[in-house]
Amino acid sequence: MIAPQPVNLTVNGARVRRFVEPRLSLADFLRQDLGLTAVHLGCEVGACGACIVNLDGQPVHACLMLAVQTDGMRVDTLEGLSDSEAVAALQKAFHARNALQCGFCTPGILVVALGFLKGCRPGETAPSREAIRDALSGNYCRCTGYEAIVDAIERVAKAACATQEAA
Amino acid sequence: MKARAFDYRRVTSVTEALAAYAGCRGEARYLAGGQSLLPALNLRLDGPDLLIDIGRIDTLRGISVEGDALRIGALTRHAETLSSPLIVAHAPILTEAAAFMAHPAIRNLGTMGGSLALADPASELPACMRALGAVIEIAGPAGTRNVAADDYFRDLFETVLAPGELLSAVRVPLARPDIRMRFDEIARRRGDYAMVGLAAHLAFSGDVVETARLAFCSVGPTPMRAPAAESALAGRSLGPESIAAAKAALAADLAPDDDDALSAAARMHLARVLLGRVLSALGDGPQRAEAA
Ligand SMILES: Cc1cc2nc3c(=O)[nH]c(=O)nc-3n(C[C@H](O)[C@H](O)[C@H](O)COP(=O)(O)OP(=O)(O)OC[C@H]3O[C@@H](n4cnc5c(N)ncnc54)[C@H](O)[C@@H]3O)c2cc1C
Ligand code: FES
Ligand code: FES
Repeated sequence: MIAPQPVNLTVNGARVRRFVEPRLSLADFLRQDLGLTAVHLGCEVGACGACIVNLDGQPVHACLMLAVQTDGMRVDTLEGLSDSEAVAALQKAFHARNALQCGFCTPGILVVALGFLKGCRPGETAPSREAIRDALSGNYCRCTGYEAIVDAIERVAKAACATQEAA
Repeated sequence: MKARAFDYRRVTSVTEALAAYAGCRGEARYLAGGQSLLPALNLRLDGPDLLIDIGRIDTLRGISVEGDALRIGALTRHAETLSSPLIVAHAPILTEAAAFMAHPAIRNLGTMGGSLALADPASELPACMRALGAVIEIAGPAGTRNVAADDYFRDLFETVLAPGELLSAVRVPLARPDIRMRFDEIARRRGDYAMVGLAAHLAFSGDVVETARLAFCSVGPTPMRAPAAESALAGRSLGPESIAAAKAALAADLAPDDDDALSAAARMHLARVLLGRVLSALGDGPQRAEAA
């Protein structure tokens, strides 16, 4: 018999205390225990990127982390990042460019894109398509062929680099 | 798939980690970044009874200059290896190599110690350690021992680490003005494991190569040194002739097997192409720390 262990973390700004089985992945914990279903599970081996969340502000694969490991840490899923202006701009651009079809890959891609866009401030040189593809190298999309996704992120990145203190 | 059930214990010192391992009645594994261990557990390729989480042992962290070496703690994440100013200054091939490793999210968790303990022959860092002439620092019940990288890798996923021993750090000799080094690889896609990779470290006396250390990844069961190609370079200036001689000599050094991904002949061809590419770049002048 393996006893559940306590874990005490911050998820999308709220304090969470639970007992978890050691083998429970962070991804299953977020989906099943907390109902945060923007975290998608494709491969469970770090290949597809559908499960990417921010851990202390940095993107990680929630399938390659145990819930019990995150004690004392801060986890943000797409649900917790959705209020930002940057997400609104990305959603609009994804919609405009048809950058999603089934949408399975989209939450992981948006979490990665949000982190990537932090480097885009007014006056900076807009990132190349190559740099965008590089940032997304760990995200699979089986529907779109990536071109539209890169277009959408490029559009938001260019706007972010061009505008003066724009919202 | 989901991992088999296991117990979990978080430790905060090396002593506590070693004791937890010794005290486990079944199979125990150290958990560092988890970026190789957790895929193996999820696929049920491995099913230990206990994971000992070493991720919060502070003494395993940090990058510092100690005497004539750069000491890199086992818990140094690939993302830190990629961005550390000390690594760029003193061991720039590690910066170049880290840029090829996996994807950004994996680099945020995967560690130096995990990579060297796993000893995947396709991994970039083990090859770099052999080229750099690094020393691996290992903590065990009887104290700490130091093993030269050339003696550390034994076979496919096999090192001199005994069960329960903990890799605590790696020490890399500091770069010097007379040394040029470079890492490059050929992969099908960004972030994929290399079809072939090469860490090259050349010490010069004026224009003449005094000693060469070449270590390939993905062409054998361990990171492979290339002694024949190395001798073909020693004592000569680096130019078209010595480079051609080194490429020809490579046949005596490497004997990759055919596998599903690539025939032995194709892999050998790529190794020669890569050797030519890396040596030509080094011949063009002192190594610059350009992210690959
Ligand atoms: C999709 C994907 C792509 C990848 N691509 C690459 C790539 O291109 N190149 C590459 O090099 N790697 C790649 N990796 C692997 C990645 O670099 C891992 O981080 C690394 O191999 C292991 O480091 P870790 O800290 O995650 O180790 P863990 O997964 O925690 O541990 C790996 C093994 O080492 C043991 N261990 C860990 N730390 C220590 C220690 N200090 N002392 C003793 N034993 C220890 C563990 O018990 C375990 O057996 C990839 C991984 C994934 C999932
Ligand atoms: S489910 Fe985590 S990377 Fe595929
Ligand atoms: S939209 Fe279907 S996987 Fe990307």
